[in-house]
Amino acid sequence: MEKQKALYEYVLRLADDSLILGHRVSEWCGHGPILEEDIALTNLALDLIGQATSLLNYAGELEGKGRDGDALAFLRYEREYKNLLLVEQMNGDFGKTIMRQFLFDAFRKPLFEKLQHSTDQHLAAIAEKSLKETKYHLKHTSEWVIRLGDGTEESHIRIQESLDALWKYTNEIFYKDDVDSVLIAENIIPSSEEIKAEWTKTVNDVLEQATLTIPSNNWIQEGGRKGFHTEALGYLLAEMQYMQRAYPNMTW
Amino acid sequence: MSKKEWPLWEVFIRSKQGLNHKHVGSLRAADSTMAIENARDVYTRRSEGISIWVIESNNVFANDSSESDALFEPADSKIYRHPTFYDVPDGISHM
Repeated sequence: MEKQKALYEYVLRLADDSLILGHRVSEWCGHGPILEEDIALTNLALDLIGQATSLLNYAGELEGKGRDGDALAFLRYEREYKNLLLVEQMNGDFGKTIMRQFLFDAFRKPLFEKLQHSTDQHLAAIAEKSLKETKYHLKHTSEWVIRLGDGTEESHIRIQESLDALWKYTNEIFYKDDVDSVLIAENIIPSSEEIKAEWTKTVNDVLEQATLTIPSNNWIQEGGRKGFHTEALGYLLAEMQYMQRAYPNMTW
Repeated sequence: MSKKEWPLWEVFIRSKQGLNHKHVGSLRAADSTMAIENARDVYTRRSEGISIWVIESNNVFANDSSESDALFEPADSKIYRHPTFYDVPDGISHM
């Protein structure tokens, strides 16, 4: 695989993770459990959608077919989205949203730390900006995982159930194919082993403080990086794309 | 499930140019760490500040408003406490 095509594919994967998770988290707007957290979640969603905008615009440039970030965000079909299955999962209760976000942030933080030194200047710049946001996201979600896990009997049971439900999607975080090999060889992206070691450490530390147990069931599910999604994504896209599909090229 | 409310916190923010923390409002949070995070999210999202203080509202003690007359009115008649009887020399600005 040639470098340019690999980079396009890789940037699209990063972008779709931010876009789909950003949209999911935005569904909390006006529905947060308390006013303070409603605003916190909305801030978080906006950070992710901002990252998605930068990444999708860059992906459009790399592709060179005249598609901009908006076209990539709103006018692709389900199979063309390359996000992790983890990020498209339904919000569930507040604890499940927090757990999903935590498992993702624990991956994104070390990834952006490495990517800010990428030999690709554009990607490095996006990573540097996004890292500051992601550090806060991880701090906030870690605090919540600890408090819900080590909180009341009910909060402990419920967030443990969320962890059990989401765990099968975490292996895909470290999915690796030709796209990654080409870019690792060019020092554009770090190896997934490096990221996995940091992710594992963060997750173990926080879950231990939260008195939560990593599920022993090691059944894994993946496919998002290749465009095979769970049923959750279609409904999300229907809502997200509706305006552009119904009123092509509309702006406001 | 208990319906106990989280404690209320008073939030103080120091702006980039500001010398002191100013009271900006209050919020609810389970503990001081979360109170600071909530303050960050609620009160600094438009770059209002670079430093946050929080204090649990029940640690703030206020004067009894029914005693206002005794506390504050005596000062009203002591205009000599204001440094307004000096002539400011020419050339001195920002006084």
